Amino acid sequence: MATVDSVPTASGVDLGAAPRMGRPGQRAKVLRKLGAYTLLGALSLIILFPIWMTVVRALSAPIKYIDAGQPVYPIQPEWDIFARAFERGDMGRHLLISAVMTVIITAAQLITSVLAAYAFAFLRFPGRNLLFGVFIATLMLPIEVTLIPNTETIRSLGWLNTFQGLTVPFLATAIGTFLIRQGFMGVPKDLRDAARLDGFGNLAFLWRVAIPVTKPVIASFAVISFLAAWNQYLWPRTITTESSMSTVQIILRPLAAAAINELNIGTAAALIAAVPILILLIIFQRQLVRGLTAGAVKG
Amino acid sequence: MNRRGRLREALTAYGMLLPSLVVFGVFFFYALYRLIYLGLHQQNRTGTAERFVGFSQFTEVLGGAEFRSGLWISLQYVLWTVPAGLILGVLLAVAAHRRLRGIRFFQTVFASTVATSVAVASVIFFVMLNPIVGYIGTVPFIDLADPTSAIRGVALSSVWQNLGLTFIIVLAGLQAIPEELVEAATVDGYRPVRRFFTVTLPLLSPTMLFLVVVLTVFALQAFAQVDILTQGGPAGSTETLVFKIFRLGQEPVNVSTGAVMAIGLFVVTLIVALGQFLLLNRRVHYGDR
Repeated sequence: MATVDSVPTASGVDLGAAPRMGRPGQRAKVLRKLGAYTLLGALSLIILFPIWMTVVRALSAPIKYIDAGQPVYPIQPEWDIFARAFERGDMGRHLLISAVMTVIITAAQLITSVLAAYAFAFLRFPGRNLLFGVFIATLMLPIEVTLIPNTETIRSLGWLNTFQGLTVPFLATAIGTFLIRQGFMGVPKDLRDAARLDGFGNLAFLWRVAIPVTKPVIASFAVISFLAAWNQYLWPRTITTESSMSTVQIILRPLAAAAINELNIGTAAALIAAVPILILLIIFQRQLVRGLTAGAVKG
Repeated sequence: MNRRGRLREALTAYGMLLPSLVVFGVFFFYALYRLIYLGLHQQNRTGTAERFVGFSQFTEVLGGAEFRSGLWISLQYVLWTVPAGLILGVLLAVAAHRRLRGIRFFQTVFASTVATSVAVASVIFFVMLNPIVGYIGTVPFIDLADPTSAIRGVALSSVWQNLGLTFIIVLAGLQAIPEELVEAATVDGYRPVRRFFTVTLPLLSPTMLFLVVVLTVFALQAFAQVDILTQGGPAGSTETLVFKIFRLGQEPVNVSTGAVMAIGLFVVTLIVALGQFLLLNRRVHYGDR
């Protein structure tokens, strides 16, 4: 999934490589390649084996599977298990709840972050440093810390088990503001001057210059925002006290923990829950990788 | 710019910041105020009345057995997830950082756990660690039914789930290392292992510092894994701080205790992250930038 923009030479960082200089012989080359594939294959197993076994468990009825001595392949695969899990878990409903919640959060975070980033990047106003500090301070207070008072607030607003309760605390984020501000700061000064000469007001400049120029940054943020919202667990678990408003992540636990002879339902449900996001990530992998590495490799 | 122009610019800025500030005001700063308020007051049994008790509740809760056990379990969780996750992630990235036919396939596989949510990953390991149908359900070191080992079983699902993220970030770090440096070391006759430890790893250190802090914060905030795999059991042996905060928050009489623990979690996270940064930053090589 990671992009290889600058492909290193084979002698790059290559623990398994022979330390010979010059051109290695044909035989050594083949052996090295073989070694590399063996290593990569073995490491792939760490990632793929748990996923494969989940597929096997979903496809095999637990009783038949245990009777067969728990092989690593499915026993009398029941392909309709996904349809059954979908119906049993009322997954259409919960996937829809997750989707609506995620779209609201992502759209709102994009709007609030772009606006705030614009103010910090391009405008001068009293209290700018103080307000920037306020934004930074919010990063210190994750939902794990503010869980109890925020649940209290949502309850007193009557928003338990509602979309407002699921989304409102996440309609703004300092991370998005910082990422997009960083992008805005890269807008060439010439562009700003030219826009000013053309009589662009702030909104026109934002809409017609700043956003188009920083599209890659905004897209990266949109993808990580979407991923984070879709994957949320603690908050929806706490404020959806009725399972009818649970997101898809939250219904997985009761489904999986139901009974050992229904383990195939729970595992099939988990696979169904993972598929939409997997497809999206394959489409947007470039944006995802850029977003995830934004803070890491600045040096 | 004239005064009216400056005023207009300031008003525009405040207008643009307002939506964010409203959300932050209610769900961060009012929340922080309520946390401290709850900490200073004690609830009656039904949560309908409260009385001011001052800081006594802070010393009581933060010095008490429950908080200390939660803190210890959370720190164990850090110890079992961060080093293992980091080493495996670096191994994956180093293995996949080469020119080879089909390397994109392996890179995609290694990164793929970013597509699993923590809930999906926990269900996957719920089955893997099941004593009846799980392949590793009866391995003593990670046995979920044994209070002395359950935390490691829970940690295993975290390590696996974070591999994709760690891999992506380390690979990006490796790709940012100038090739000439590694080639120069090769010409100087450095063997691969020595080359890795003397050239690659120091150049990777900013990335590693970032990952240590991020993975530690993740570990201190772990909740879904515990909720799905063990519900805090057996015998409370996997009740991390966040799990305790969640549980106490559900009980009206214990809301204040939960609030104090949340403040404790905040302080611990700050100390650990800052400590790691200060301790490791001296060893980080930022190049000549």
